[in-house]
Amino acid sequence: MLNSQKKVYIWVGILFFIALSAILLYLFHNLGPNPGFVLPRRRLRVVSMTVVAIAIAYSSVLFQTVTTMRIFTPSIIGFDALYMFIQSVMVFFVATGGYFITGVPNFLLSVGIMIVFSLVIYSLVFRKGNQNIHFLLLAGMILGTVFSSLTTFIQMLIDPDEFAILQNRIFINFNSVNEDLITVATIVMISAILMSLFYVKYLDVMVLGADAATSLGANHRRLSKIFLLIIAMLVSASTALVGPATFLGLIVTNLTYQLVQSYKHKYIIAIAVLISIIAVVGGQFIVSRVFNLATNLSVIINFIGGLYFMYLLLFKNQKASS
Amino acid sequence: MIKLLNITKVYEKKEVVKDLSLEIEKGKITALVGENGAGKSTVLSMIARFMKVNNGEIMLDGQSIRSIKDLEMAKKMAVLKQMNVANVKLTIRELVELGRFPHSKGRLTAADHQAVDQALEYLTLHNIQHQYLDEISGGQRQRAYIAMVVAQDTEYVLLDEPLNNLDMRNSVNIMKILRKLADELGKTIVMVIHDINFASAYADNMVALKDGKLIRAGTVDELMNNACLNKIFGMNCNVQDVCGDKVCVYYKSS
Repeated sequence: MLNSQKKVYIWVGILFFIALSAILLYLFHNLGPNPGFVLPRRRLRVVSMTVVAIAIAYSSVLFQTVTTMRIFTPSIIGFDALYMFIQSVMVFFVATGGYFITGVPNFLLSVGIMIVFSLVIYSLVFRKGNQNIHFLLLAGMILGTVFSSLTTFIQMLIDPDEFAILQNRIFINFNSVNEDLITVATIVMISAILMSLFYVKYLDVMVLGADAATSLGANHRRLSKIFLLIIAMLVSASTALVGPATFLGLIVTNLTYQLVQSYKHKYIIAIAVLISIIAVVGGQFIVSRVFNLATNLSVIINFIGGLYFMYLLLFKNQKASS
Repeated sequence: MIKLLNITKVYEKKEVVKDLSLEIEKGKITALVGENGAGKSTVLSMIARFMKVNNGEIMLDGQSIRSIKDLEMAKKMAVLKQMNVANVKLTIRELVELGRFPHSKGRLTAADHQAVDQALEYLTLHNIQHQYLDEISGGQRQRAYIAMVVAQDTEYVLLDEPLNNLDMRNSVNIMKILRKLADELGKTIVMVIHDINFASAYADNMVALKDGKLIRAGTVDELMNNACLNKIFGMNCNVQDVCGDKVCVYYKSS
């Protein structure tokens, strides 16, 4: 038992070192003759990539524990589809003569709507008093489909110029980060994490399911609500910066579970966050400096993620079905 | 003592428990018996606060369970519902450690580790404590979950069908452990059980429900007779004295 704890510390150390080197490499590799110009821009990108990486890893771990499903990410209940829908609606209003909301007000409005959405979905599911998490997933999946269909529909209606604005916002892109949103997204992410700190200890018993958690003194219903709120904030922050990238969460969390077989969420979260930073910052470093932007990080993530997902389904299936 | 006062539970306009009043004796094993859909599990879930009561009041040692804080409740009452394997890789020891959560809130002290050791010892699981839950047999897993309840160190223990899917030897083993918990540690155990003969052999008291209503509550001797069982299960039961236990023979009932 002490042994496994030691193993966790060693992994945290190793991953921390790799993550730090990835960040330093990204910042200082090949600075060129003009560091005064290059460095601040790189710094901004590293900060936003780190925020995205933390938000994705953290929200995925929370979501998987609350639902006790380890092959899901928040995108399954339509969180990022909703974000894209909100953006499309906002762009659509330019075309119809309304005014276009951009920057920080846009982001805060989106976060607000996302939070309201998570509360609506929560009350939909828990209204009847049966705490059925599968119903939550089903309802969310359907709503997610509705949102993405409506998004596509709106995209058909708007003219190509406006579509270009939208494209910039809703297609995942680690190269062009929405820099004007970094500060506010960071604040939202940090406040979400601070909010969750007090409740993290309950995650350890929530993996046992609603009834067992209740029996051990964790108010499963209230905690689910709180965690859904926190997830909504985190997904908003990451989606606002780079677009829908929660697929990364699936890879990161499952790599974490393979690496450390611990039920203690403080370790799981720490390691998931570190792996996520390595994947995003390290991956972006490789894409931009090694491949010279010949390809896109999201393409690589989706490719590796897809393969990994198939591996999980085909070879790790015994546990999910039992 | 657990006291139910005029409990009613409505489910989709159907009353699954109707105006039920009941007292559960301290330090004894009480078996809830009855047909499928009689409301046994619902009653257990309401005592455990998994479900809200529509009407009436449940008292635990003279205090309404609605007014007890979550973690305080978890120090008084442990509930074991389904024994399905959690979706995480947990060793037996880790599961039992989770039983200390109400006391430790995740930070195990020396006293907590000691309680975990004792619980493992009590269920004779200490030799396999580092094995994973999905790699052991059903009987061992059931013992692991009961060890978690023992580590939780509560006065009241509620169990929903603890013998589900267990073979004869493991069933007897589990019942003996539960008997020991009541006799040696003075725990009050309430369980939903389908095998009437296990209830007869190991429980002190029986509570019979049918269609959400109380038919009869009393000692095992009071309920284990032909007339009473016929009424509870709606079939011909033949109670015999076998080796000092009352055994109900019903396999070829008409």
